[in-house]
Amino acid sequence: MSVHYENKEEVLSAGAAQKSAVRFSQKKTPKKILVSEILGTLAAVIFFGVPFYFVFINSLKPAEEAAQMNLSWPNSFHMLENYKEVLTINDGRLLLAFFNSTIITLFTILILIIICSMAAFVLARREGLSKKLNYLVLIGLMLPPAIVPTISVLQTLGLFKTMPGIVLLEGALRFSFACILYRAFVATIPRELDEAALIDGCGPLRLFFQIIFPLLKPVTSTIIVLSSIQVYNDFENMLYFFPGADNATVQLTLYNFTGMFGTSYHYLFANVILISIPPLILFIFFNKKIVAGMTAGAVKG
Amino acid sequence: MNTMNNKMYSYYFLLPAAIIYFLFFLFPTLMSFFYSFTWWTLTDWEFIGFENFINFFQEPSLRIGFRNTLFFAVTATTGKVVLGLLFAVFLCSKIRNRGLLRSIVFFPVLISAIAIGIAFSVMMHPTDGIINSNLAKIGLNGPNWLGEPSLAIFSVAFTDIWRGVGIATVIFIAGIMAIPWEYREALKIDGGSSFQEFWHITLPLSRPAMNTVIILALIDGLRNFDLVWAMTGGGPGFSSDVLASIIYKQYAGGFYGLATAGNVILFLFIALIAFPVFKFINRREVDL
Repeated sequence: MSVHYENKEEVLSAGAAQKSAVRFSQKKTPKKILVSEILGTLAAVIFFGVPFYFVFINSLKPAEEAAQMNLSWPNSFHMLENYKEVLTINDGRLLLAFFNSTIITLFTILILIIICSMAAFVLARREGLSKKLNYLVLIGLMLPPAIVPTISVLQTLGLFKTMPGIVLLEGALRFSFACILYRAFVATIPRELDEAALIDGCGPLRLFFQIIFPLLKPVTSTIIVLSSIQVYNDFENMLYFFPGADNATVQLTLYNFTGMFGTSYHYLFANVILISIPPLILFIFFNKKIVAGMTAGAVKG
Repeated sequence: MNTMNNKMYSYYFLLPAAIIYFLFFLFPTLMSFFYSFTWWTLTDWEFIGFENFINFFQEPSLRIGFRNTLFFAVTATTGKVVLGLLFAVFLCSKIRNRGLLRSIVFFPVLISAIAIGIAFSVMMHPTDGIINSNLAKIGLNGPNWLGEPSLAIFSVAFTDIWRGVGIATVIFIAGIMAIPWEYREALKIDGGSSFQEFWHITLPLSRPAMNTVIILALIDGLRNFDLVWAMTGGGPGFSSDVLASIIYKQYAGGFYGLATAGNVILFLFIALIAFPVFKFINRREVDL
């Protein structure tokens, strides 16, 4: 699973896509293109848009109407009531969850950026070592965490059910992905730069933090965006390693709802919409970064 | 050079990552191999040999996890590969709104699996859900998507395809874009059809992209927990339980040794399926 990061964004950028598409495609009449545009949009809207519309429209309905679970236009809008109720119920549990998830995400990203870039720098420069450790890094991409042993380790260290515990754990579980992305990027930075710095009397710490790390900015921003969405959306690890009454996190709030209200779909859907807003905002602003990170390694050479 | 290596690329740089990765991932993984042979309460353990593993192969409620995990992973992977490739070919054609369409296909990737699972389980309600009520309008009698024991796992796999096809699509788009345009030009000059273009150029030359999609989807599918948990909880009965949800149930029931054995089985399952596929794919690539 070798990762070649360079040129990904360029390949995917609109300009390149346009040029190649114009060059590649068959000569179609404008009418045919228009038909496929319309059909394609229609299919995409029905297949992907309807579930989204369904959740949104039902989050605006009063309880009885939402319980019918259909797509009809609401008779009366209860947007403010529903969303306010969802935000304030249980002493503002959802707000607490937003706060917790934000803190966890921020600190996980911080740790991830620091440890992965440092490790990847040395691994990329020492190819023999990198080869030896390759499988060790790769299994982190494949295997899920071992649940009970991890809990026992966290308990021994006194970190189970604590913020630092979950942050360190999320960092460990996402290490491999970030490290591989960083390693591929460092490999494109010429070694001569290091040698020049050495001759000018630069130490290893200064070389890394003042010269190399700033050059890693494109991949750093990709990792920030991607990992923050992943940590924010994480349900499984929060369920296992961060349980407890005060440890609310956003994905788990959905479960508090289904248990408490049974079939109060209007609140449930309002909650779904609220917790989906942050990733969607990130998507609107960092569309290309996200796609670049997710397609890294797809195209060799 | 060597002295420079030692000086500039110090092992100390690896230390923070190594400590965190070892302590919170590698070490628990190694531990699991030991504790899977025990009866374990976190404070106390007793060696019981292969009993946990025998349980997994004999108890019907545990054994079903193997079948479902495999069904789920294979169905989801096939769906993502086929649909992703079709979407990608369409989105690489000359249409003008491909940026918008790509965003529409991609956005479910960013929504949490739990939220999607809850929305789809409501939509798949046997009588009132929008899928069956709309099927009824055109005279079809929709099945009980999540209540039918033989169907439930496939309904969940369908939802996973809906959620994950966006990643497959963008990977395929990147792969197709990387194909040198001369090939298509040559085919056009020789008067090839668009089907021939797809079959003889796009399909074989987007192989690296397809390999990535297969590996990612397979590993994701084998590990899947969130969607199954949100949509069926492993039910009805335990007919849609996958290994990951069985591990949770054993953990929640306090059977820590059994849950850990489940973890070990899941590791081996992933290794047994993903590694040969990985190797096979890499060999084919060399042949090309």
